[in-house]
Amino acid sequence: MSEEVVETVERVTGSGIPVRGNDIDTDQVIPARFMKVITFDGLGEFAFFDQRFDDEDNEKDHPMNEERFRDASVMVVNANFGCGSSREHAPQALMRWGIDALIGESFAEIFAGNCLALGIPTVTADHETVSEIQAWTESNPDDDIEIDVADETVRYGDHEVTVTVDEAQRRALVDGVWDTTALMQSNSGAVAETAAGLPYLDD
Amino acid sequence: MSERTLYDKVWDEHTVTELPTGQTQLFVGLHLIHEVTSPQAFGMLGERDMEVAYPDLTHATVDHIVPTADQSRPFDDDAAEEMMSELEQNVRDSGIEFDDPTTGDQGIVHVIGPEQGLTEPGTTIVCGDSHTSTHGAFGALAFGIGTSQIRDVLATQTVAMEKKKVRKIEVTGDLGPGVGAKDVILTIIRKLGVDGGVGYVYEYAGEAIESLDMEGRMSICNMSIEGGARAGYVNPDETTYEWLRETDAFRDDPEKFEAHKEYWESITSDADAEYDDVVTINGDEIEPVVTWGTTPGQGIGVTEAIPEPDALPADKQETARGSQEHMRVEPGETMQGYDIDVAFLGSCTNARLPDLRAAADVVDGREVDSSVRAMVVPGSQRVKEAAEAEGLDETFREAGFEWRGAGCSMCLGMNEDQLEGDQACASSSNRNFVGRQGSKEGRTVLMSPVMVAAAAITGEVTDVRELPEVAVQ
Ligand code: SF4
Repeated sequence: MSEEVVETVERVTGSGIPVRGNDIDTDQVIPARFMKVITFDGLGEFAFFDQRFDDEDNEKDHPMNEERFRDASVMVVNANFGCGSSREHAPQALMRWGIDALIGESFAEIFAGNCLALGIPTVTADHETVSEIQAWTESNPDDDIEIDVADETVRYGDHEVTVTVDEAQRRALVDGVWDTTALMQSNSGAVAETAAGLPYLDD
Repeated sequence: MSERTLYDKVWDEHTVTELPTGQTQLFVGLHLIHEVTSPQAFGMLGERDMEVAYPDLTHATVDHIVPTADQSRPFDDDAAEEMMSELEQNVRDSGIEFDDPTTGDQGIVHVIGPEQGLTEPGTTIVCGDSHTSTHGAFGALAFGIGTSQIRDVLATQTVAMEKKKVRKIEVTGDLGPGVGAKDVILTIIRKLGVDGGVGYVYEYAGEAIESLDMEGRMSICNMSIEGGARAGYVNPDETTYEWLRETDAFRDDPEKFEAHKEYWESITSDADAEYDDVVTINGDEIEPVVTWGTTPGQGIGVTEAIPEPDALPADKQETARGSQEHMRVEPGETMQGYDIDVAFLGSCTNARLPDLRAAADVVDGREVDSSVRAMVVPGSQRVKEAAEAEGLDETFREAGFEWRGAGCSMCLGMNEDQLEGDQACASSSNRNFVGRQGSKEGRTVLMSPVMVAAAAITGEVTDVRELPEVAVQ
């Protein structure tokens, strides 16, 4: 059995990119036709594809098409981001495009869980705070935003704001236990015991 | 915190331990897999030199990419063929049972589990698919997971999860004629919002829910996720038990049935169970619902006016404006008379036998409007066979519907059944997101199977209750 080396994610620093709108579903983050693949490699170029390109593959107006945001690694979004399909292809595509963390008003649960499995924090703040960060990234596309997961703060320019990090997510990232496979495998004895106690697994 | 609900009991029953993150390590009683979200998980497992821990508790099908016209191999689409071969390879290597199309048991993952009796009350069920909530209709704790979690389940038969709050949604009264489960869930989502369920599991209760058959309960639980809730369930009762008695799992084994039933009865929510929230909805007031926008929460009664964006809560206004522009609808008008080009009767929400029967009743003796492409896609090969035994295929064909093979089909753009250009589709599926049905300009109007049937006949969104009687031939 290979020993797991899991990194801790206490802090993410990088320039920001605003992607505005509520209820952005994972069908928009990665359209289904790009999921006809058996690995996640190469999904990055298809992130938000239908928002970024028209039918003739001409670029549309979208922050991810703007040169100034090309190197961004912190995506700043609004409410209920990542709703809909459970596809992990969505955070995989964002990660492979270059995103290491998201700040938003709220995230759909499965999406946030999928991000956590990749070590990507999804921190939340109220509408006003998020809008201010989005506006700031517009005028400061090259400047860093620092997300302190452990302290639940975000620093940008001369601002420091408090954000919320789901408690389990915070502990998983800060303690480096977000990759759960090895951890859970080490409990295999207890797992077998639980299974043995289930009345419907009798056969 | 909730206490003594089905959720609490099943959760406790399956708890292995608490993890350092504060999450619970939860045992998974049934793991369902399909071709889209599992290959990467098997890949990750291979990279770590791990094996599938409990192959008997995983069950595979193929649904998203299968063609629904000609299922012979190799599939015409190379990418689809590659995904299919990959799944075949993975299940073979791991010793996992696979209902491929040659078995007669293939179908949409959330249709085949229940119909084979794999889905049982009081179990935990996961699948790399958000509509896994469907299985909650049986009183199972069922939720969608991501690919990294599939890896966890394959490797350990457990998932790391946080416990949610429980909201009881009580639907009182009787549903009127022409009103069904789909209208109930679209009403719930409209009232509570597409993110109203975040952090919650939904327990559906009340006379209007209890009087539904299992298929209706599945339609409701199926769309829990559209309301933001990761899981939804109905407490098992006699309707549930009678349904299970006839499945493969119990048909020939009354003793096993009785033994399991004892457990099923023990995990239902207690009469004095505590909930984190209770919502009551009057079932008498629900009418057939159609969506006017591009999220499942943008629904209205068929006789109601499309809302003015300005009249909606502030955070919904901008989305509503965009949705109305995309759908080309005007506030103040009803959806009745909205022209449709395609009628799609299918998906894990509404492609089971009673759905097809009810729709067949509507189309019987009538003809599909000449401007409409109408199709029926049974949810599984078994549903298809049972429908054909009753002659439903004839009824649909005579009316001008295509009768196709089992699969996800036009529910999402991953196979050859797709909307083209700006076609408008009356759809019995669960998502009206932009681009969902394969065309960026496509326009999806969600509705119940009988409403899809009515729209197919008239070529426009139509109140099924007002469809003129068919002249006796
Ligand atoms: S029918 Fe649609 S919603 Fe259901 S599993 Fe298939 S693609 Fe997903």
